[in-house]
Amino acid sequence: MERDVNQALAREFGLNAEEYNRVLEIMGRTPSFTELGVFSVMWSEHCSYKSSRVWLKQLPTKAPWVIHGPGENAGVVAIGDGLAAIFKMESHNHPSFIEPYQGAATGVGGILRDVFTMGARPIANLNALRFGSPDNARTRRIVDGVVRGIGGYGNCVGVPTVGGEINFHPAYDGNPLVNAMTVGIAPTDRIFLSAAAGIGNPVVYVGSKTGRDGIHGATMASAEFDANSEEKRPTVQVGDPFTEKLLIEACLELMATDAIVAIQDMGAAGLTSSSVEMAGKGGVGIELNLDNVPARETGMTAYEFMLSESQERMLMVLKPEREAVARAIFEKWDLDFSIIGYITDTGRITVRHQGEIKADIPLAPLNDQAPLYTRPTVETPKQEQLNAARIEDRLGLTAGLRKLLACPDLCSRAWVWDQYDSTVGGQTVKRPGAADAAVVKLEGLKRALALTTDCTPRYCLADPEMGGMQAVAEAWRNLTAVGARPLAITDNMNFGNPEKPEIMGQFAAAIRGMAAACEALDFPVVSGNVSLYNETEGKGILPTPAIGGLGVLEDAAQAVGYGLPSWLDIVVIGKTQGWLGQSLWLREINGREDGAPPPVDLAVERANGDFVRSRILSGEIRACHDVSDGGLLVAVAEMAMASGVGARLSAHPRDVPGHAYWFGEDQGRYVVAVPDAASFIRTSEAAGVPAVRIGVSGGGDLTLPDGGTISIETLRADHAGFFPAWMNGDNRS
Amino acid sequence: MKAGIVVFPGINRERDMAIALEQSSGEKPRMIWHKETDLSGLDLVVIPGGFSFGDYLRCGAMAARSPVMAAIHAHATRGGYILGVCNGFQILTEAGLLPGALLRNAALRFLSMDCQLTVERADTVFTKRYQKGQTFRSVMAHGDGNFFADDATLDRLEGEGLVAFRYAGENLNGSARAIAGVYSPNLRVLGLMPHPEDLVDPLMGGTDGKPLFDALAAA
Amino acid sequence: MKATVTVMLKTGVLDPQGKAIAHALGTLGFDNVNDVRAGKVIELDLNETDPAKARAEAEDMARKLLANGVIESFRVEVA
Repeated sequence: MERDVNQALAREFGLNAEEYNRVLEIMGRTPSFTELGVFSVMWSEHCSYKSSRVWLKQLPTKAPWVIHGPGENAGVVAIGDGLAAIFKMESHNHPSFIEPYQGAATGVGGILRDVFTMGARPIANLNALRFGSPDNARTRRIVDGVVRGIGGYGNCVGVPTVGGEINFHPAYDGNPLVNAMTVGIAPTDRIFLSAAAGIGNPVVYVGSKTGRDGIHGATMASAEFDANSEEKRPTVQVGDPFTEKLLIEACLELMATDAIVAIQDMGAAGLTSSSVEMAGKGGVGIELNLDNVPARETGMTAYEFMLSESQERMLMVLKPEREAVARAIFEKWDLDFSIIGYITDTGRITVRHQGEIKADIPLAPLNDQAPLYTRPTVETPKQEQLNAARIEDRLGLTAGLRKLLACPDLCSRAWVWDQYDSTVGGQTVKRPGAADAAVVKLEGLKRALALTTDCTPRYCLADPEMGGMQAVAEAWRNLTAVGARPLAITDNMNFGNPEKPEIMGQFAAAIRGMAAACEALDFPVVSGNVSLYNETEGKGILPTPAIGGLGVLEDAAQAVGYGLPSWLDIVVIGKTQGWLGQSLWLREINGREDGAPPPVDLAVERANGDFVRSRILSGEIRACHDVSDGGLLVAVAEMAMASGVGARLSAHPRDVPGHAYWFGEDQGRYVVAVPDAASFIRTSEAAGVPAVRIGVSGGGDLTLPDGGTISIETLRADHAGFFPAWMNGDNRS
Repeated sequence: MKAGIVVFPGINRERDMAIALEQSSGEKPRMIWHKETDLSGLDLVVIPGGFSFGDYLRCGAMAARSPVMAAIHAHATRGGYILGVCNGFQILTEAGLLPGALLRNAALRFLSMDCQLTVERADTVFTKRYQKGQTFRSVMAHGDGNFFADDATLDRLEGEGLVAFRYAGENLNGSARAIAGVYSPNLRVLGLMPHPEDLVDPLMGGTDGKPLFDALAAA
Repeated sequence: MKATVTVMLKTGVLDPQGKAIAHALGTLGFDNVNDVRAGKVIELDLNETDPAKARAEAEDMARKLLANGVIESFRVEVA
């Protein structure tokens, strides 16, 4: 079972020659098989962030309301009323390709644990999903499995799934993205951290038993796929949401006592990363006896115990005199509870198994001397700005709108949402499809959180810096559009192979754009996750820096949705120049994916958003929708479909071609419904914010400026068609 | 009336239920851990929704055989009131306190959406704040809500007026005769799949579920 | 010894899983499928050496928990 340790084995484990030499130097001898396993997972891209760390440091992470930024299990921000929101987004891309249901399910489970391990009760889940082309035979099976997996896990643990996004693109054919986000709530003075302390304190294992699941998952998450990936199936973990639910309740019950010194979930690289990180952060040593680890299978080796990624497990350091209290709680919930080691003053991790020392590694160099690469970068060449007047409109407004609303990237996601329990907890104020951001109230309080996930990968491919900036700006905009004050983001950086300079260049540029937007919008990054090597047979995904945004509303009753009420004026806020480069209209109607993406002007973004928010909170704006994919006309149609109320739109200005005006994707814009456009526009002009009345709401039809009329029923039918038809289609395709 | 909520491991709508009960009665319900056996002093026992014991084997099967159920049977025998919602309904059928069974939804997918329910009779302790024949909005969130009973049982339920609610409009989960909820013969045990407790506050989109809790609070 | 309990939906109870499998098999070109029923198999490792007693115990378990008599039937095999 245990093989000879040498350079060749190290390479198999994902360590290059230089990294292996560093291991030899640190150890002063040839490492044991188990030790090599520990180094390989701790120094994997997934755990060490060795390619991305130098760039991530550029992101703003501080604000007066930030309690804990990146570096903890999840980010923590103060939200008022003595409470903190704890949140993070994390990828489970590779496992979801290999086994979509379990990959997605365990992705949800993992991110939930990151949040409740800090003392928070999870109150909402979101997920950002990217799939291959619907025409690819595999995509449907992956979508079906991922959606079932997310629902299967989230519904069972009783955390509402309230939002997210889905894109399709052939670039994800062999590498879908499953990014799951969890938001939890805890009192600001009851946040639990992972730094171990107290020499002699017991190290306690709780949760499910350990099996051989997912061994080397962390290194799998850091390797490209090839045609043989299917053979890697045995390493996929299986989720047990029922045990997770018990674990949540038991941990929160224990956290209400004073028994816990430190706590950490066992995620990627399981017992290894949790014990190494806890001891490392605390500057102490740790001794583990694997004979005491609850095992699900017989004959497991030290290596397997240390690297297993069995789900629903946590590691805690307890105050010794509180052991009995803790044990009683876990026994009440029928969960395994076992003392598997102690905190020591050696500064080393020492692992014993069946009377032998199987690993003995100094922690400081294991952590501090982890590889760090400043990999070469190449900038993405800028694309030219397209001249809208030279792009022909073959379809006209009516047919163009109908085609866009029916396309996979814009059609109704109801088929997906309807499989996620969005109401459990009884606090969901805005469900999916009702508003630009989900709104979840805090139990017993007026206060509510607004939540969103955003990224426009096609912009990121064309211009990674602008794309990164746009992703952050759109998250900020979506929170603003419900009336929330945006507070912070979590980022999930999904990119291709970082060893390719053009991919690393995408990464660096996206970070630059994100950093600028975070700075300008007071919207720091408080947690995140990097997923690299998202390639199949050398073909990379679109660069996808998915942003999870969180904002706060003092009073949930002030939240607005985008359903259009009757007999109001419709006003667009922000300048409409008619930007068609990288627009969905250009792709879906003209079959072109070119041009520079729409630029984001951060000062304008901020001014427009701050104005919109103030008018939502004053009660003047009755409905609000940001203008994004598909442009202005799609935004109005979505508002009309949401409420079933139609609108009559006015003629567009003469200096912009009609198709560019109505389908262009200029940034920083919102469509709002207000009682009196004239007075509203006077206020906006005084604030220096451009606003134009574009129509009036009412009736059951959408009447376009060119005279075309479509009933809301027809729009809804166009919009709703794709998913059910596609998913219920012939299994053989 | 004095209410208690039974909590099995894996139940997840107990807090929603507590909020709804307290909002109508002004009194916090007692939370009852599934290993407890004493239900004395309670007029109403509520089994809320969730995934008791993971819904492994069959929905509600394991919960229906856990220690607290003997006390719940005794409570029913005494003529006490019982409300089972979603997983609670499944548990009540598994325990034999209500007829029928809940199968997987006809389309084999979890359904989380609004539905409309028709009130079959408005003279029970649960429904007296509704009108007979009235439809009201509720939230469904289940994978196994497809009510099944053999034809003789269904005829008897209808004949004896023991159908509580039916789905109005589309019968999405495929329930026999569109049945969404049923009563015990003494009309004191009610099980239904949708969640009236999740629509008791205008902020969450409506108060259509509130009359049920108001009626129970006043009883 | 080992007892295997097979639990199936009773005839007459709609089996949407079986239907879905039948449909999928049909679209894969398996045209010889008349009907599909999906059930579950529960393997019990019993502390018992007498086959008759093992069977009786497994049947008792099936009646009390493993199968729901309203919708399911079961069959026990002992080995």
